[in-house]
Amino acid sequence: MYFEDLRVGTRTEVGSHTFTADEIKAFAREFDPQPFHLDEEAAARSHFGALCASGWHTAAVCLRHIVLARQHQQAELRRRGEPVARTGPSPGLRDLKWPRPVYVGDTIAFAQEIVELRTLASRPDVGLRVARLTGTNQRGELVYSVLSSTFIERRIRHLDGAQT
Amino acid sequence: MRAFEDFKVGEIIEFTPLAVTAADIKSFAARFDPQPMHLDEAASQNTIVDGLTASGLHIVCMHMRLFADGILRDSTSMGSPGVEEIRYLAPVRPGDSLTLRVEIAGARPSKSRPEMGLVNFRSHMINGDNKPVLEMAATLMFGRRAAMGGSEVAI
Repeated sequence: MYFEDLRVGTRTEVGSHTFTADEIKAFAREFDPQPFHLDEEAAARSHFGALCASGWHTAAVCLRHIVLARQHQQAELRRRGEPVARTGPSPGLRDLKWPRPVYVGDTIAFAQEIVELRTLASRPDVGLRVARLTGTNQRGELVYSVLSSTFIERRIRHLDGAQT
Repeated sequence: MRAFEDFKVGEIIEFTPLAVTAADIKSFAARFDPQPMHLDEAASQNTIVDGLTASGLHIVCMHMRLFADGILRDSTSMGSPGVEEIRYLAPVRPGDSLTLRVEIAGARPSKSRPEMGLVNFRSHMINGDNKPVLEMAATLMFGRRAAMGGSEVAI
């Protein structure tokens, strides 16, 4: 499966995760040590009202699900003897939003939808895939949304073959 | 403690450099971005960027840690509604030393919530060779002095 096989509008549910107090605090100690991510009492006094996950923790758990879903898909392709395109690196992210906090016990379902596919004059070997990644809680409320760009290998050697 | 009123547009804040190890890169990747180029020196040789490199989101999380230690821990931070843009400009590899420089690009009181204001930051992270590795434009919310308790207003 190469860049040419991707379609705008394809949506993939990549799994869900329930956030525990312990992992929220462990992530915060390592990367985002702010009181409302570290301590229940301090969080209760903050405008969040209760312990909530760092936004980057939500982003990181989403990434894990995206990567595992892709690896699962790639393993399927290999099993069927089909080619697997190389992916990465990402040039970046934009329009990232955390509309609501993720609280202890919330279960967040993550999804990915392709919103743009672009070939690049400067890089004939790869195309740029822009996907909207989202996280939605158990009440159906959006808690995370971002546009993520990734380079995906093109079917260039197949094109070369057709031209000779 | 920094409140909303203490962020002056145009101010530039410099941070203590952060050293990145192979163990840091692999530990983040094992938990959140388990791809060969972030996990294993040998497996990373046949990827689009050769050699072990940090997950982009790991760079962002290291940025967050520097930002929290340098600004947010001693502030009236109320979190962030979002990030306008993140650009990954060069790979981060084991042994890199990352230096962060943050410019205050904008500051305005919230219209709907008078107890807080919004501050726009532009982050530039460079490696030991002065090469940019990350740029970020983000907005954070901070409590205003007027909304704080009486004793804190006097400080």
